[in-house]
This record gives sequence, C-alpha cells and structure tokens, in this order.
Amino acid sequence: MAFNPTARQTGLIKAALFMLALVPLARMVYLTLTGQLVEPLEFITRGTGDWTLYFLCFTLAVTPLRKLSKWNWLIKLRRMLGLYMFFYGLLHFMTFLWFDHFFDVQEMWKDVLKRPFITVGFIAFVLLIPLAVTSTNAMVKRLGGKRWQWLHRLIYVIAPLAILHFWWMKAGKHNFTQPIIFGLILGALLLMRVVWARSKTLSAAAAR
Amino acid sequence: MLIKRSPNGIELPFSSEITPREVYESRRNFMKQIATGALGGAALLEMANREAFAQGVNPKLAAKLNPSYSALDKHTPYKDATSYNNFYEFGTDKSEPAMYAGTLKTRPWTVSIEGEVNKPMVLDIDALLKLAPLEERVYRLRCVEGWSMVIPWIGYSFSEIIKKVEPTGNAKYVEFVSLADKKQMPGVGSRVLQWPYTEGLRIDEANHPLALLTLGMYGETLANQNGAPVRMVLPWKYGFKSAKSIVKIRFVKEQPRTSWNLSAPSEYGFYSNVNPDVDHPRWSQASERRIGEDGFLARKRKTLMFNGYADVAPLYAGMDLKKFF
Repeated sequence: MAFNPTARQTGLIKAALFMLALVPLARMVYLTLTGQLVEPLEFITRGTGDWTLYFLCFTLAVTPLRKLSKWNWLIKLRRMLGLYMFFYGLLHFMTFLWFDHFFDVQEMWKDVLKRPFITVGFIAFVLLIPLAVTSTNAMVKRLGGKRWQWLHRLIYVIAPLAILHFWWMKAGKHNFTQPIIFGLILGALLLMRVVWARSKTLSAAAAR
Repeated sequence: MLIKRSPNGIELPFSSEITPREVYESRRNFMKQIATGALGGAALLEMANREAFAQGVNPKLAAKLNPSYSALDKHTPYKDATSYNNFYEFGTDKSEPAMYAGTLKTRPWTVSIEGEVNKPMVLDIDALLKLAPLEERVYRLRCVEGWSMVIPWIGYSFSEIIKKVEPTGNAKYVEFVSLADKKQMPGVGSRVLQWPYTEGLRIDEANHPLALLTLGMYGETLANQNGAPVRMVLPWKYGFKSAKSIVKIRFVKEQPRTSWNLSAPSEYGFYSNVNPDVDHPRWSQASERRIGEDGFLARKRKTLMFNGYADVAPLYAGMDLKKFF
C-alpha cells in the first residue's frame, strides 16, 4: 500500500507520536500521585527501564519497516523515537541515582563499579549521550553524513549491552522470558541489517 | 449481628453474613468514583483506598499480644501487606499473588509432620489452631530484595510443635515443604524454581522462640497471598526463608536442599540471615525501604544485623557469617 503523507500530515503524525510517547510517563505519575502503587519507586524504576528497551526496539525497527513497506517517510520519525529512548534511559538512570542512592554520587560509583549488571547498564547509558547530543540537523552537518552515520552505529553496541543489563538483572530469579523476547526482537532487527548489507556488497561486486 | 464463636477462638460468620465480593467491590468502586469524579483530588482517592482495605475479608482470629516479641514500628497497612507479595506459586510479579491466590483452597488442609520423630502426626488446621495458645507478634519483615514491612502475625512458637512430636537424636534439621498443586497455583510449572517450594532450618534455629508457626495476620486468618492457612515467620532471616502454605514438615539428619539455594547457590545461602555486611551479588543489603513509609524524599533506612533481633546471635556464635550467608 503506497502512503505518502504530505508535510502537514507528517507533522500531525509526529505530534501524535510525541504525545503518545509521553503516555507511559503520564501513567507512572498518575498512579503514583493517586496512591495506587504499593511501591512506586520500584514501579518507576522498572517502568522507565522497560520503556527504554521498547523505544530501542521501535528505533531499530524503522529501517527494516521502511525497506519492507517502502514507506520512506518513516525515517522522519526515527530521530524522535531515538530521543525518547534516551529520555526514558535518562529517567531510568535518575531513578538509580535518586531512589537507590539519594544523589550520593560517590555511593553510586561504588555500585556501578562493583556490580556487572549496573556496569553494563551504565555504559549503555553513557554511550547514548553522544548520540542524543549529535541528533540535531546542525550536528549532522557539522560532522558530515559519513562520520555521523559511523558514530550512530554505536547503537549496535548499545543494544546488546541493554539486553545484557536486563538479562543479568533477571538472572537471580531465573526469570528469562522477557529478556529472551527482547533479545529475539533485537536479534531479528540486527540480523536483517546484516543480510541486507551482504546482499548489497554482493550486488555491488556483481555490477563491477 | 450474630457471631458464632467456636471453641478455638475463631469467629466464623454465617456465610449469609459475608458481603459478596461483587457487592463490596462495587461499593469500593463507588467510593473511588465519588472521590475522583465529584470532588477530584488525589487525597480523597487515597482515603477511599484506605477505607476499602482497612480490614480484610478473612475470619477473625483472636490472639493475645505478646509484647516481648513485638516491634514498636508502625504497622504496614493491611492493603500493602496483602497486595505486594513474593509467592511464586502464583506468579513472579509481586501483584500476582493477590490476583490469583483466590483459587487456593485452605480447608480442609493437613500438615504431615514426619521423619526423625518419635510421634509422627498429621494435623489439620483446627488441630493446629488448638495446639498452643495463639499470640499476636508484630515482626519486622525484611525481604532479600531490599524492602521491609512490619506485620502483626498470629501464631505460636514452632518449638510447641517440636515438643509434641519429640524429635529423635538424629533430627539435626527441619525441612518445610509448601503445597505445589498446579490446579490451585498457576505459577507452579514455571521453571523459575523447583517445586514444591522447600525451605529448611537447623533444629536449634527452629527451636528458637522467635520462630513463629503462623496462622493469622492483622487479627484474622492468613490471607491466601500471604501463605494461608499455615506458614512460618522467621523475622531475623530474609523473607523467602519463611515457607508459606505448608503441607509437610520433616525432621531430618542432613541439611535439606532449599529451593532458592538450588536455583542460585551463590545468591541465596542456606542460612540467609539478615546481614547488612553481606551483599547480595547484585545489590547491597546495607539499607532497605520500608513499604508505605519511605518514599521519594528519604534516603533508604539502615538494615540491622539479624533484622534487629539480636536474641538469635548465640545461634551463630563462632560461625563466619560471610561464608555461611
């Protein structure tokens, strides 16, 4: 099905997506303020972590979806999805600094260095920062398309680290259902890229 | 209102007097709607929630407060203690036991006490309720996950059972086995743990007066999601050591294998005494968050050695508690 939204329609889709992406946060705030949660701090910690992973999946799904559906305009949504991943990741990091350590940075560092599941989560978060910072059009221009693209391939490092963080977090309770699902989805999204990249080199070689 | 009082101190209302779930739930919803709709305001909604759960729905259980074994901490609201539970037989999420434990049939129920004892016996719940005078004890509960509650339990020291069954000289440990019935417990069958859930104590730990054979909470019989109809409560150990919905108690020679220890031996030791100096591999045990009290504006509170129950220290004299965690 061919669908080519006008600039106005794209704007509307983006605005709707922007609002929609805030719903999980609004829900957490609402449930907390109305006293419906026994342990809001745990709920928010888990919730922000889950939504970071969801937005990671959404962001990495854009290119495969675009190729399969030929909806090229989808690329226009990718930056927002990626920034929302960073936004929820930042909130998730803040829950750790606030709820777990009450802003005691020194204590936080000890935890980061001592516990592997926190170490990898922290590295994944830190690696997201340059991607968020260089997400503007001006930064793309300043870096140049090639270098920008090269830098943003960091996401292929971040994704497995995020899964590992989640996997180790669940390991103590042998509760691997969710990490396996996320792992399979991200694995499929990354595998498609590998397949496409190979067929591209092959066809390039054939053309020569 | 007529109250039928049975000799063992439980007041059992006629079934006609028990408000059906649909009715009280609709009342609660009505109150919530008034609070949110007509008057708005989170504070009122909070009040409606509290009002609705001010008491449970289980039969009353009379017991005398034992002040020498009661913490002075503020009690955790009944609603919190019955809606935030780890009871993997009903699911791994802490909200699941409250949702799914309704299928647990707690009567008739028998507990078989066997193994290295002179007088093995099978006791039903009524026999257990009459075996010794029921006491109310307010215990701190520290979960291995880093949170805590304060709960008024009802029961008597497990040593009363030990006296009755007369362990032989071979009885060095006590093993507690929980019910594992897929039909009543949707979580049994998941591969998270080995079923049935099995826990254990050294016999001198089991004989310590703090070890409570528990039949009630908050003036009532136990809520299903809290391990009805009979469980252990060991306030100086992490919560998972206190087996729920017990069907078998075995006195044995060798240290029993316990469910969490089998699942992750490096994370959950046989003793699992509350100890702020021994970290869990994935988090610190030095502090805890008191459910219903500690929120956004406070640092977590310090965890106390043996959860503040220094009475038990002699049980572990000379032991390296870093090694025997």
